[in-house]
This record gives sequence, C-alpha cells and structure tokens, in this order.
Amino acid sequence: MTGVEVPLIYVVTGIFIFLRGLYALFARPHLLHKLVAGNLAASGVFLVIAWSPQGGPPDPVAQALVLTGIVVSVAVTAYAAALLARLEQTSGKPYLEHDPDR
Amino acid sequence: MSAGIAPWLLAAPVALPLGAGLLMTLLVRGRSLLTLVAGTGVLIAVLLLLDVPVGTRLELAVGGWPAPLGIRWHLDLLAIVFLTSTAVIALAVALFAALHLSRSEPAIARHFWAPLLFVWAALNALFLSADVFNLYVTLELLTLAAVMLVTLENNQPAFDGAMRYLLVALAGSTLYLLGVALFYHATGTLDLVLAAGAVPPAALALMTVGLMAKGALFPLHAWLPPAHAAAPAPGSALLSALVVKAAFYILLRLWLESAPNHDAGRILLGLCGTGAVIWGSLLALTQARLKLVLAYSTVAQLGYLLLVFPLAQGAWTGTAFAGGVWLAVSHGLAKAAMFLAAGLVMYTLGHDRIAELRGLARHAPLTLFTFGIAGVTLMGLPPSGGFVAKWLLLTAAFGSGQWPWALVLMGGGLLAAVYTFRIIGAGFGEGPIERKPPRAPQWIALALAGLALLAGVAAELPLLQLQEAAP
Repeated sequence: MTGVEVPLIYVVTGIFIFLRGLYALFARPHLLHKLVAGNLAASGVFLVIAWSPQGGPPDPVAQALVLTGIVVSVAVTAYAAALLARLEQTSGKPYLEHDPDR
Repeated sequence: MSAGIAPWLLAAPVALPLGAGLLMTLLVRGRSLLTLVAGTGVLIAVLLLLDVPVGTRLELAVGGWPAPLGIRWHLDLLAIVFLTSTAVIALAVALFAALHLSRSEPAIARHFWAPLLFVWAALNALFLSADVFNLYVTLELLTLAAVMLVTLENNQPAFDGAMRYLLVALAGSTLYLLGVALFYHATGTLDLVLAAGAVPPAALALMTVGLMAKGALFPLHAWLPPAHAAAPAPGSALLSALVVKAAFYILLRLWLESAPNHDAGRILLGLCGTGAVIWGSLLALTQARLKLVLAYSTVAQLGYLLLVFPLAQGAWTGTAFAGGVWLAVSHGLAKAAMFLAAGLVMYTLGHDRIAELRGLARHAPLTLFTFGIAGVTLMGLPPSGGFVAKWLLLTAAFGSGQWPWALVLMGGGLLAAVYTFRIIGAGFGEGPIERKPPRAPQWIALALAGLALLAGVAAELPLLQLQEAAP
C-alpha cells in the first residue's frame, strides 16, 4: 500500500460506517438499536476526521477533535441509556409511541 | 471606552451559570436563590459588555492556550445581541419559576434549576464560540440540558418526547460533525472567518442539514411540538424562545460569514422557511391544546428566520440580516411570554384545552391580555418588534426584486392573527376555574410581552448597528 491509498481507506470506510449507522438509527424500532446505531455513525465520522491528507505525520488538531468527540459521544450515550431505562419503566416497552399528537 | 473592559469578562456569562449549575447538586435548599443570584451576575456582565464599541471584536483565549489547539472566544455585535436577549428572557423565566413553579409544583421545581443554568451556560458559550468544532461541543451541551428540561414532568409523554428529541439531535449532530470534518480538511482551519469563501459545498450541506434537525427547521421539525408541549411551562418557554435559536445563530454565521456565495442553497433554505410558515401555521390552527398551538407557532416563526438567507444579498444584506436577528429576538420575548401565560392557564383551569378556556377573561384578565400583546409581535403588527423586523425583511424583498418572499411574510402574519384570536376569543364568557392565578407571575409574563412590543419602538440604534455590522 502506498501513502495515498491508506488515508483513502479511512475516508471510504468512515463514510460507509457513518451511512450504515445513520440508516439503522432511523430504520430500527428498538431504542437500544437506535442508540448503538448513533454511536456507530459517530465512529465513522471520527475515522474521517482522523484522516491526515498527505499520509504524513499525524495532525494533532484532528486527534484532539476525535478525542473530544469521543468524550461528547460517551456523555450523550450515557444520558440516552438512562433516559431509555426510565422510558421503559414508565411505558413498559423500549419503543417510541407513534403519533404523539393524537 | 473599551479600555475598562477586560477580555476575561467574556468568561463570566459562561462560568457563572455553569458553576452555579454544578453547585446545585450539593444544595438541598436555596436553589432558586442561587439561580437568581448567578443569573443577575450574568445580566450585569452582559450589560458591561454592551460598552464594547461596535466594530471591535473582543477576544479571549480560554486558559491562555492559543488556537488551533486552544479555545478562542470572541464577542461581536451579533453575539452581544443574542447574549443580552437571552439574559433578559432566562432571568425572567427564572424569576417566574421561583415565584410560581416552586409553589405550584415543588417536586418539579427542585430539578428545574440545574438544567436552566446549563441551558443558559451552553447558549452563552455557543454565542461566544468562533470555530465550528467549539460550536459542535456547545450544541451538544445545549441539547443535553434541553432534553433534561423536557423530562421534568417525569411521565411517559415527557420521556417519549425527550427521547424523540435526543435521537433527532443525535443524528443532527453526527451530520454536523461530518460536515466539520470536511470543512477542516478542505480549509485547514476550524475558524468560521478564516475559512471564508473556501468551505466546500458538501461540508456546508451536511452542517446545514444537521443544524436544521437540531433547530426544528422544516421539514425536520416533527420532534418539536411533543417535546416542547411536554415540558413544564417555564421549561417550554426556554426551549421555544431560546434553545431552537442556537441553530439559526450558527446558520447565520456559516452562510453569511463563511460561505457567502451559494445562491441556490439560499433559495432552498428560503423554500424550507416558506414550508415552515405554511405548515406550522396550519397545524397551529387545528390543535386542540394551547401548548401545542404555541409549539406549532414556533415551527412557523422559525420559518421566517430562514427567509433571511435568500434576502441577504448584495446591497440588501444588512437590511435582511438586521431584520432576521430582530425577528429572532422579538419572537423569543413574545414566545417566552406566551408559554409562561400558558402555564398560568394550566394552573387556573387545571387543563389547557382551547375549547374550554371560558372564564379566563374574567378571572385571569392579565394572562389573556399577555396572549394579545405577545400576539401582536407574532402577527407583525406595529409597533411591535415583529413589525419592525418584518418591515426590514419586506424592504429587502422588494428592494432586491424578490417579491414572492414578501407574500410569505404577509400571509404568515394573517395565519398568526387567526390562531392568536382563536385563543383570546375562547377566553371570553363565563366558565368554571379551579383557582385564582397568582398576581406577580402574571406580571412577569406580561412584562416579557411588553418588551416584545417595545422592541419595535426602541429599536433604531441596535438595528442601525446591526445593518452596519452585517458580514
């Protein structure tokens, strides 16, 4: 593999993982599936950020962004998991209601 | 003048509510008092910052670390307008909650203060952030705090609305972050101003769609009504008046400062705004519950803000920019007033079904009057802030030869008149009430509505400055 192909693999894989996660976030009805899918999509984005254009030395800014992004992602996931637990306690099922207005 | 203003003062509007919010977890008593003290501190700091001369950018490198690894905050006119209006609205809501929510629903009030302060701190940090990644982090802080506000009622509809909101926000922030990745790789910077003109269309599109999901901008608005209606009244006031404006604020900076040349994208945003005005207003007309009317009205009013993008072009940029910003401020004041008044309606009648509002005119005239005064701004009638803002947008529409947008502005006002009069009309006649509403909270809601009205009279100076400061 040459220095040009390596970053391309990161970007293509990252975008594929992102799209796969985003699709599952909408398509899967079970809330735990949605939560994992959201995390998967975020991981894909981290791969795209971590790509450094010349395939040369790693970019410290990009690494700082990914680290911060992971911290944010962990916090959101923990909160969403707690909310999911409370929702299941009150409604008895780990799904969203349909048509909340009616 | 600015010699007396140290850059560290920029930290106060974020540090005070954040510190107080964290301290809240240790306190058993005095939570409302701590909130009001911290909030007053923020208001004082923001009023001191008003002294910064127009055209200068006050900057602060947080912790002494320079960009790009450090966090840079800056203050310009757009930031100060949003900081000030947020401080006024948030403090009024806190005062309302201290006087009313603590008495009527003490179990909910106990947990209201921390999310209020976190929302406030996140908003202020967002207004001061100068780069797209810090904006991402502050948006996430804002979302988590806002979802906490939705969950306060502690029942199934609240958790359902909160989860829906959180999941849409999660998708939105991931899209936005992918846009940030492309933004950074294409421009080599995260700074909105330094990247000006070099933002790739794909990054712009991803960030915009993500922000539209977070800001409930049509057609990604469906999560808003159940979430905003499920929160307790002061929480709904914060969500509808302040939280949804954060996405608009970033869109303004992104499209006007960083990516000024995307005409097709701007027209697309304008069309989304048109859809929001029509669809939101029509659904507001058909709702049976007062809080849902107000929530759909927010969807509609956010649509007007999107009209800024097609209108802010060439010589008319300043006019449309000033009009859009002022519309956001006026709507914030008016909608906060209306949601607080809706809370008082719930307290007085024990429900918020529009068909059974009779008796309000007799037993809670101030509250019904609040809907009328705030409604003047939503309709865009003189002398309200909404009128002046729409007037500027109309001027830009006719001046730049884009009159179809003017039809949206005027038609939306008519629809707002219909749903406002529907609320007020339902309040007349004799009907049963559960208890008398307290006096002081009614005056707070009315004062916010009055400020929305005054925003049209006392607007000349800020509007002229905004027109000049437009990017």
